[in-house]
Amino acid sequence: MSACLDIANLSAVLPNGLRVLRSVSLSVQPGEVRALVGESGAGKTMIGKAVLGVLPSSVRIVEGTMTLEGEDLGRLHPKARRTLIGARTALIPQDPLTALNPSRRIGPQMTDRLVRILGWSTQKADTRIRQLLDEVQIRDPDRVLKSYPHELSGGMRQRVLIAAAFAAEPRLIVADEPTTALDVTVQKQILRLIAELQREHGTAILFVTHDLGVVAKISQKVSVLYAGKVVEEADTAALFASPRHPYTRALMAATPRYTDPFASLKPVDETVLAGLAAEITAADQAWRRPHG
Amino acid sequence: MDEARIARRGLGPRLWLAGGWLLLALLAAIFAPLVAPQDPLAQDLMLERLPPFWMSGAEPGYWLGTDSLGRDLLSRLIFGGRIAFIVAFAAAIAACLVGSTLGLIAGYFGGWADRIISRIVDVWMAFPPVLFAILLVAVLGTGLSSVILAIAIIDWTRFCRVIRAEAMGQSRMDYVENARIAGYGRIGIMLREVLPNVVPSIVALLSLEMGIAIIVEAILSFVNLSISTDDPTWGGIIAEGRLSIHQAWWVLVFPLITLILTVLSFSQFGEALKTRFDPVLR
Ligand SMILES: Nc1ncnc2c1ncn2[C@@H]1O[C@H](COP(=O)(O)OP(=O)(O)OP(=O)(O)O)[C@@H](O)[C@H]1O
Ligand SMILES: [Mg+2]
Repeated sequence: MSACLDIANLSAVLPNGLRVLRSVSLSVQPGEVRALVGESGAGKTMIGKAVLGVLPSSVRIVEGTMTLEGEDLGRLHPKARRTLIGARTALIPQDPLTALNPSRRIGPQMTDRLVRILGWSTQKADTRIRQLLDEVQIRDPDRVLKSYPHELSGGMRQRVLIAAAFAAEPRLIVADEPTTALDVTVQKQILRLIAELQREHGTAILFVTHDLGVVAKISQKVSVLYAGKVVEEADTAALFASPRHPYTRALMAATPRYTDPFASLKPVDETVLAGLAAEITAADQAWRRPHG
Repeated sequence: MDEARIARRGLGPRLWLAGGWLLLALLAAIFAPLVAPQDPLAQDLMLERLPPFWMSGAEPGYWLGTDSLGRDLLSRLIFGGRIAFIVAFAAAIAACLVGSTLGLIAGYFGGWADRIISRIVDVWMAFPPVLFAILLVAVLGTGLSSVILAIAIIDWTRFCRVIRAEAMGQSRMDYVENARIAGYGRIGIMLREVLPNVVPSIVALLSLEMGIAIIVEAILSFVNLSISTDDPTWGGIIAEGRLSIHQAWWVLVFPLITLILTVLSFSQFGEALKTRFDPVLR
């Protein structure tokens, strides 16, 4: 079976020539959850934006391909690319407040996309949205649909966004740290909801996080990203059983555990960082040579 | 739930007071021939410089007194309101349409569209506005439509600057990105997602601009560059009042009070409307 999303050798640069993505390769099979883990600034969000076609205008893709559902995104006409991405993907964003339009009610915001973009009838869209609100355990859909975003709690807003993401039955969802902006107690519920809906709908997810605990709970595959470079790629179970890259081991050591609450205070080892820096430099030199 | 919240907050005294004065002044202007106690143009040398009603020597029917030609001040103020409101609405709406559209485009699309529009605004704002207005009217010729045109030509930049900044802020929000991912076109996003979020500011600016237009019109009338008919204008009355300040202070003071109240009411009304239009502030 062909991959739902296949990224091969993707590199992107900033105007100053700095590479933010360094020959990234990763794939997400249909119905699979791939976690993309790495520290802040590693380029996780960049990868998500590249796939969804919303990279900042200052970031330029200089090599590599992205294949969504068998279609090479780079070869498609921009308009056809937008249509494909709009129909087959969705985003569950990090900040559920700014991801909703503050001056529009929830109901029209949710149905609009189904009606205007996908051409559903208003009734069908409404039924569908209510069904999804039920799936994300919103018990008073009438109130929620009539509300403005600021009238809902953060957890409610994220439920709404999850419902909206699954509503059009996308094949791929990019979830960019969907629980980071939420209370700890709400984080667990939201994570469980995403896992549940993912299983029921069989949607592939590229799950961006910096939390290895979340990786273990939700994903089948992991890519570890450092400075825009995938340093390790494995089955989730295999990664936790035997991490190969020193950086992965350092990340694991830095993840807090109940048995060792002070572990999170350990910084990543100097020698590991030095090794990573050398690896990045070598990769950049190897990359520059063929390009002059 | 919505009804309950609105009932709890009420409309606010600001909106009531400002809106009340504006409504009163507007109705009086519209129905001027019916409500004005006298003919605003009728001169009567027997009645010159009558004081307002509470002073000795006042005549019934001439509530705010008369000017040095014996014309009824209240009637002149009521009729003067007609030109004030016509200029306020026409000039402010024209400035708003041009300025908001360009501001929205500059703020949302950015890039070269923004660079061109922002440069034009910078050049425009380099002119001192009152001098600019006098110059424009001198070129366009006096008359109602050239006054309106001059004010719109000068003041669209006020809308453009504010709306550009707001649209730019909104365009960086995730919901705009979400709409792009969903497949909406750029213009559709600008109109459906960004515009509703800048409407409260447009409304507030529009109301403020109406007040400003009234002041500019009064200044132009004051320097005798506005509407060159016999119709009374607030600025014209002020100019006449200034000449007879020692004999009849009321001819200067009442139009000034009317002007200030109206301009303040427009700005307060705009602010109050803005909070009512904004779902977050409301
Ligand atoms: N609009 C932009 N223009 C230029 N560079 C950017 C822009 N946004 C982010 N970057 C840079 O790109 C790199 C990758 O950023 P990205 O947001 O993808 O990191 P991330 O892994 O998602 O981090 P976080 O966990 O903080 O969200 C960072 O070094 C960042 O400084
Ligand atoms: Mg990020």
